[in-house]
Amino acid sequence: MNVLRVVIMLAWRNLWRNHRRTLIMIGAVTVGVWAMVFMTALMRGMVSDMMQDGVRNLPGHVQVHHPQFRDDPSVVNLIGIPDSDIAQRFDSAGIERWSSRVNVPAVISSERESRGVTLVGIDPGRDDALTGLSSTITSGRYLEGPDDTGLVVGARLLDRLDTGLGKRVVLMSQDPDNEIADRGFRIVGVYEAKLEAQEEGAVYAGKATVTAMLGIPDRVTEIAVVGDDYRNVESIFEQVAATVNDDLEVLRWTEIATYLGSMLNVMDGFVLVWFVVIFLALSFGLVNTLVMAVFERVREIGLMLALGMRPLVIVLQVIVESLLLLVIGLALGSLVGWLTVLPFEDGMDLSVVAEGMEMYGMSSVLYPELTLDDVLLANVVVLTLGFLASLSPAWRASRYEPMEALRKV
Amino acid sequence: MSITLRLAWRNLWRHPRRTWLTLGAMVFSNVLLVFMISLQVGMYGLMIENTLQVFTGSLQVQAPGYKDDGKMRQVVDNVVPLASDLRKELGIDAVSPRALAFALASSDNRSFGMQLVGVDADREPLVSSVPGLITDGRYLAAGDTEAIVIGRVMARNLKVSVGDELTLIGSGLDGSFAAAVVRIEGIFDSGVADFDRGIAYLPLPFFQDMFYMEGAGHQIVVSTGTLSAVDDVASEARTFLADEPSLVVHDWDALQPGLKQAIQADISSAFFMYAILVILVAFSVLNTQLMSVLERTREFGVVMALGVSPGNMGKLVLVETGIMGLLGLAAGALAGAAFTYWFTVYGFTYPGMEEMAAEFNLPARVFPEVTPLSLLVGPLAVFVFTLVAAAYPALRLHWLQPVQAMRAA
Repeated sequence: MNVLRVVIMLAWRNLWRNHRRTLIMIGAVTVGVWAMVFMTALMRGMVSDMMQDGVRNLPGHVQVHHPQFRDDPSVVNLIGIPDSDIAQRFDSAGIERWSSRVNVPAVISSERESRGVTLVGIDPGRDDALTGLSSTITSGRYLEGPDDTGLVVGARLLDRLDTGLGKRVVLMSQDPDNEIADRGFRIVGVYEAKLEAQEEGAVYAGKATVTAMLGIPDRVTEIAVVGDDYRNVESIFEQVAATVNDDLEVLRWTEIATYLGSMLNVMDGFVLVWFVVIFLALSFGLVNTLVMAVFERVREIGLMLALGMRPLVIVLQVIVESLLLLVIGLALGSLVGWLTVLPFEDGMDLSVVAEGMEMYGMSSVLYPELTLDDVLLANVVVLTLGFLASLSPAWRASRYEPMEALRKV
Repeated sequence: MSITLRLAWRNLWRHPRRTWLTLGAMVFSNVLLVFMISLQVGMYGLMIENTLQVFTGSLQVQAPGYKDDGKMRQVVDNVVPLASDLRKELGIDAVSPRALAFALASSDNRSFGMQLVGVDADREPLVSSVPGLITDGRYLAAGDTEAIVIGRVMARNLKVSVGDELTLIGSGLDGSFAAAVVRIEGIFDSGVADFDRGIAYLPLPFFQDMFYMEGAGHQIVVSTGTLSAVDDVASEARTFLADEPSLVVHDWDALQPGLKQAIQADISSAFFMYAILVILVAFSVLNTQLMSVLERTREFGVVMALGVSPGNMGKLVLVETGIMGLLGLAAGALAGAAFTYWFTVYGFTYPGMEEMAAEFNLPARVFPEVTPLSLLVGPLAVFVFTLVAAAYPALRLHWLQPVQAMRAA
């Protein structure tokens, strides 16, 4: 124990014998660690924004369909359980945030234009807990109940259809016998979405109104369920699978939106690679510093060895010196990283490249996300690799022949 | 000069290990920079080409406003004669007229909405890759009338195959009811699910009859072959159409604003990473050169007392750094080229890339493109910052007092 105290003290004093070199190296480590922390916070912010939007648009962490629905999205492939029955089962299973919906491709026509859209029949109250649609209404009103006969459309679609709030449009789809099912709707609300494709592609109406139009009373095409955390859906997945034990397909969101799902993993991999790359760029300087520090002290090391200090203590001294340097750099870098993320807590405006971000499925305001996990990971990576990088110079230092070392100029 | 060079070279190898380590930092960063920049060049090229060649083309002639609103009545009158005039004027064969409308397509047991595109069967293959992507049956041919070519996903959703009939229902240019029965001649597979689900091709004359277009269309697509030719061709087309206020020319950048911005967003985040790598190398060089100058304080004192000016000594330090930088540049560019070359042959991929790449019309394996630019830009930046980093040690020599310096330990 006493040895360790001496070693630490020696290492600390040695560090400041050549303060310029140490300060430059600490500067390099600080910049490197700052880059790790800051860049990761930006990337995490981007990805989690994408995930949250993506999961909200799906919607749900877990979805239930007829097994054929994803391959053949038609009203023929309905969930075989009456909707009222579903409600009962979910409520008794204690699953709170769920919504059953009718989701069918349709053609919407105004007096002048026609477009292809997805017609979504919802129970407005239930669904809002999943999608937050009501808070995105910019004019008119949100749907009032499953029997509402009004239609809520996106602002861009309204524009493209050359129509307006309060006007009538016709929706066409097919019923289970492939007869055209159509119905006139009055546009009662207009919403805005972060992503254009969403705003142009989805129109919402009362679930009962839509099932009546399609001739599928009391049936739905999908059930969406939201758990506590989109990163961990296993428990809610199992709960749902147990509740709808019939012949239905239960999927996690990562299986529905494979792009988003793989994004999450790629991101974790990228963070690690980024840390290691930065560390490697740093390591050359670190090893260099240690080699020089040892070189300057060859005589001193020779003397210590001649006086009977064990070689292991020399190894320890160099390693502790390296780790002390890294710890100071890490502390400073993490602190500066945190300080530079702070001003962007309310979002970083990226509207110059808004349409490009849209292509990636991101919105144009970025909220950096600094997580303790990432900061810890950066520290662990730097310390572990730093330890490994110092082994060779430390080992060399301890291998000097005392007499030869003492004679060195 | 030759004495400076010789001195510099010898000084560099007084501490071979230090020089090698500093060179190592440069080479490491240079290899990464060359590889990443080449990868980006390769990826952006593919991203643009793949996106444009499917549908958009290099530039399009449209009615003003059609690009944003896409309304049926924003037409290009007499689209076929105009396209042939444009073809003669520009001297480019790849000029193809199109008309677009939305319709509900019904097979025996399914109905879906789709975007119908009326095309010139002979010209379309020159501006789009879709005619070459037919997996069943054939593409449209001149003289076809009630024929349609649909995407793979749509064919699956409609449960149809080549030879089956589809009923199309939409509304014509004047808002009247438009309907037709067509025979499926071919099925294409572009690999982009949204495209294969949403788009179908009809012969232009038949399309114009069905939708009461009276000779009008919506786009004249021009493909220039290379991206660099787009600006010239666009301005030629603009001059040709100068006295047609009802027509505008959009280049791919205007037609796909997201594409360029997505690339810009990607470049700026990549730029941040590159900058960090370069800065870390600069720190390494600063450390090395400062150490090497400090070690030689006595030596510098002596030569100064002998009448060498601080400027000359500073030059020596810069020449040392320059030699080291050039070595790093050459070795880095070579090693980077070799490393990257391997990937230009075998392609680069990582787990999860397939799902991510599909989102951007990219293949699962990206082949970096080694160009003089991608090869030199990174190493040159490293070289420049290496010299900048050496400025401080070099300038320090101006403060040197010969007598004190000679007495230094």
